[in-house]
This record gives sequence, C-alpha cells and structure tokens, in this order.
Amino acid sequence: MSTTMREATRPDAAVATSTAPGRRSRFVASGGPTYLLLVVLALIYILPFLIQISTSFKTEPEAAVNPIGLIPENWTTAAYERLFRFSDYVQWGTNSIIVTTVVTAGRVFFDSLAGYALARIPFRGRGVVFALLIAVMAVPGVVLLIPKFLVINQLGIYDSYTGMIVPLLADAAGVFIMKNFFESIPVSVEEQARIDGAGTFRIFWSIVLPMAAPAVMTIVILSFQGSWNELNHFIVATQDPDLTVLTKGVAQLASGQLSQGTQYPLKLAAAVLMTIPVAVVFFVFQKRIMNASAGALKE
Amino acid sequence: MASPGKVRARGGLGSNKARQAFAGWIFIAPVVVLLGLFLFVPVLMAAWVSVSDWTGRGSPFSSDVGFVGAENYSRILFGGGLDTQDFGTAIRNNFYYVLLVVPLQTALSLFLAVLVSKRILRGRGFFRTAFYFPSVTSSVAITVLWLFLFNATGVINKILSWVSIDGPNWFADPRGVLHIVFGVLGVDTAPSALAGSEFLGISWWEWLAGPSVAMSAFIMMAIFTTSGTFMLLFIAALQNIGPEIHEAAMIDQANAWQRFWHVTLPMLRPTLFTVLTLGLIGTWQVFDQIYTGTRGGPAKTTLTPAYLSFNAAFNQQDWGEGAAIAFLLFAIIVFFTLVQRWVLRDRDKVSTRGRRARAVAVEGER
Repeated sequence: MSTTMREATRPDAAVATSTAPGRRSRFVASGGPTYLLLVVLALIYILPFLIQISTSFKTEPEAAVNPIGLIPENWTTAAYERLFRFSDYVQWGTNSIIVTTVVTAGRVFFDSLAGYALARIPFRGRGVVFALLIAVMAVPGVVLLIPKFLVINQLGIYDSYTGMIVPLLADAAGVFIMKNFFESIPVSVEEQARIDGAGTFRIFWSIVLPMAAPAVMTIVILSFQGSWNELNHFIVATQDPDLTVLTKGVAQLASGQLSQGTQYPLKLAAAVLMTIPVAVVFFVFQKRIMNASAGALKE
Repeated sequence: MASPGKVRARGGLGSNKARQAFAGWIFIAPVVVLLGLFLFVPVLMAAWVSVSDWTGRGSPFSSDVGFVGAENYSRILFGGGLDTQDFGTAIRNNFYYVLLVVPLQTALSLFLAVLVSKRILRGRGFFRTAFYFPSVTSSVAITVLWLFLFNATGVINKILSWVSIDGPNWFADPRGVLHIVFGVLGVDTAPSALAGSEFLGISWWEWLAGPSVAMSAFIMMAIFTTSGTFMLLFIAALQNIGPEIHEAAMIDQANAWQRFWHVTLPMLRPTLFTVLTLGLIGTWQVFDQIYTGTRGGPAKTTLTPAYLSFNAAFNQQDWGEGAAIAFLLFAIIVFFTLVQRWVLRDRDKVSTRGRRARAVAVEGER
C-alpha cells in the first residue's frame, strides 16, 4: 500500500482529500490544472477557425507574411467581393440550398413513415425489413461511389436535380431514430383514435407525428448537416457546372482547378461562408445536436 | 418491439389486420424502394462491372461489353504493373493513416470526455462546444483551412519557427516519416534484403516508409475533426456510470489514476468498442480530404484506395478496375472489423481474469 500513500500526495488525489493546506493545493483543489489544460486545448480547437475568419479579411500578401495575426492590418473585404462577383459561387450556394431543403423535407416524411411502420404497424416481413436496414447501414459509403454513378446513369437522371436529391433520401439511420421515438409514445393515444374510426395514415399524420416533434427536429438537423456537407454523392451524380453545390465547388477551388496562385483569403472566405449555415444551426440547437449525434452513432 | 403489435392483435378482426399489413407496407415502401434502388441494385451492377471491360460509354449491360472474369482483380493484386503498385501504395498510405488515427482519436476523445465530465466544472458547455464544433463543419471547409495552416509559410511553420524549427512544406513533402527517422539513424538507402523483395508491387523498404509528411497533416486533421464526435459518445457513457461507484472506489483509497484505470475504463468497454469500430470503418474511407486537398500527391503518398477507385473509374475510364478496387476496399474494411472484434473480445476475457486476480491480490494485502 506504500504506492497508494505516495500517490495520495499527487495533485489529482488532493481534490479527493482536500485537506492538504497551502496555496498550491488550493489551486489544485479548485481544479486549477484541469482548467489550465482545458483552456489550452480549447484554444487549439478554436484558434484555427478564428485564424480562418481573420485571414479571409486580409490581403493576399499579408496572409502569406503574417498568417497568425488575428487582426488584419489592412482590413479588406476584397475576398468576399470577388467571391460574389464570381457568380458561380452564388450558383453553388443556390444549388446547396435547393438540394438541402428538399432532401431534409423528404427525409423527415419518409423516415417518419417507415419508423412508424416499424414501431407500430404489425405486418409480415417487418423483421426482415428491419434486418436489411441494419445491414444497409453497415455498407461503407465510399465503396458506393461507382455503384451509385452506375444506377444514376442507367436511370437517366445523371446531371439533374433528381439525381442529386432522390438517392440522398434513403436514410436508414433516420428511420431508426424515428422508430425509437415512436416506440416511446404510449399506444393508448392511438387506440382511442382507432376506436373512433381513424385510419392508419390519419392517426400517423394528425396524432402521432405532431407528438414526435422533438424527433422530427433531430432528423431535420441531422439531414440538414448531412446534405449540406455532402461531397462525394455530388461528385458522382453531376458534372454540369450549373449543378455544382458548395462542397464540390469549393473543393475544386481549393485544388486549384478554377484559380491560379495560392489565393488563401479567397479560398478561406469561401470556406467561411459555406460553414455559416451549419454553424448557425449548431449554435441554435447545440444541446439537441450533441445528444442526437451521440444517440445516432450508438445505434 | 413486439408488444404494440400484440396489444392491437387482441382486438383486431381479420380484415382489419390485412388492412394494417397493407398500410405497413405502404408506409415502409418509399424507404425500401430507395434503399433497394440506390444501395442494393448499384452494388449488384458494380459487381458486374468489376468483372467486365466496360469503358464508361453506353450501358454497361450492352452486348459489346465483355466479361473478363477475375482479370481486373488479378491485375490489381498480382499483375505487378502500375495498377498493382498504385494499389499497394494506396493500401500502405491508408494503413498508416488508420494505424495512427484510430488509437490517437480514441485516446484524445476519451481524455476530453473525462476532462469535461468532472462533476464540478464551470464552463462545461463552452468546452464541449469548442471540442465538438470541428465535427459539424464540412470536410471540404476543414481541408481548405488545413491547406492554409500547413502551407510552406503557414501558421504551423510560423509557430515551429518560434522554437527554431524549420518546418517542412507539408502538403508538398512526400518523404515518409519513418524513412526520415531511419535517415537520422544513418540508414539512408534500402538494405538489400528490403529492397529486393516486394509485396503488392512495392518493395518492403517502401512499405516501411511510414506516412508521408503530407499524410501526417491529414492524420492530424482527422484527429482534430473526429475527436469531438467520439467525445460525445464517451460523455454519454461516463454519465451512465454514476458517482456512487467512484465514491466507493474513493473509500477504498484508490487514487484518480487507479479509479480511471480499474473502475472507469472497464465500464467504458462497450463504448470503447463502438468508437474503435466506427473509427476503423471511417478511417479506411479517406476520400473527401484527398479530393479537396492533394488528389493523391505528392508522389502518390496521399493516395488512398477510395480515391484510387474513384480516379480509375471517373478519370481514367477504367471502370472495371475502379469497381474492383471498391470491392477490395470493402473486403479490407470487413476483414479489419472482424479482426478487431476478435482481438478485443479475446483480450476482454484475459483482462477480466487479470482484474479479478488483482482484486484478489488487493484483498489479500489488506
């Protein structure tokens, strides 16, 4: 037990005993070292984004000479102006908004329909469907790049909004979230409606779905993030410049296909702008997002 | 899951049941059709393409597309030519990526979770937000940021220069990290034993190169962006442990480290398993970063199987080869997931036994 005694004098053990006198151990007991560590780590996580924002307001020479400075010496919005004058960026943004909106709405509808069926409606083959959904979630996404192109091409929806949107509507994880939520709602509510003669869809649409608002919100947030940040599906589904979305456009901008020189302020401004929508949604729905992501991943 | 069904079956008439079954299928049909059409059918089509010589023109099912058997696969695995070399290089690059990212992101996310789960902590929400934020931004935006941070005159090299280190030109530096270490130790060229023989088209000396400097920057990026997500999983698991267990351990005079190692960690085992599995599956699929950042360069040292597969099909119009690489990658992911399952399960038994032995020993000491 001698090791335990020696280790009891170590800082973290002092938190437990909190009887040790002296200023140092008061600092220790109040969680000082933990705070110091947390602050340093938080800086490492936050600073890159602050540097990104400040660089997007710098001139190109300043970005090269003084990459760290958080406050631009020559404050300029030139990068943003060029981005907006370069009309493609607006087009990319519009496409991203269209696709994200339709995908999110579609996923909410289809996920909750399927989730409700799996949770509540007894039908032959339910177990098989459930097992298949699990199997589907296990297939790694990038393996599907070529397969997806093949079927999109075969269906004649390559280079169209249909091809960009419809394949993204298939979302097994969302079905699980909805299913789990519906299972937590008491059956008695539906029973009553059924006795009153309401049909299945009626019960689902006007009674159960409104009660599932929190889960629907989760799907909205996850779908929004997922489809806004989606890249590889759009790479294989389109080549028409008019159908380019933000992720694909900025990726091409970054790898220098559309520009010469380094142009860091311009590229970082493009990245800042495309991050704003997800950042806003994140800060508004923080709590729910953190709970939802943990829940969705645990499936 | 079965209970609601049973409840209703009690009062249900035959026709009512049939109507319900019909409604059930109608409800689930859209998702089943979508998944079938954009997941199941495509995989079958790709399986055919991987044994064909389709060049991307017309339909892969037209009569002028030939069946070539396992030729695409054997060319990649045993051909010895450029296709094999590229595949071997991609596997090597991605292997080092997995080897470093998975343990580091798991350790870091667990560490962050423990730090922000302390019972008395002001500003907990702020720290969680800070650590999680990189996870919600798109991989494209983060890659753009990373290209800037790690450029020759970028932030990282600036910081390194403060401690008089001349930083490399990260994303343009193909030198393998292990090769650099060997160089420092005086081994600059391949020993003949390693240079002579080869595996998947590249020599053993090349296999031992380690991740290139460019790949190392991607490795750091992966750890930066994923640690927040996995931190959430660990936080959720830590909350389930409850304070009374820690209090019991404290009464037993276990110090913080002992409590963590012998009490907390064993209880986190299921979450640890989840995080390692998700990490392993995710890290074999490196694509977005490569597409945005380096396109496989410098000197193919950031080439990954996923990008190689994409490139073979979409840029070189060798669809058979691209599809074959995708299936090989799928096999690799399945293989490593199974291996990891096996390793962890095996060690679980051993460590339970070990733990019990230790507990007995401690009892004895008292």
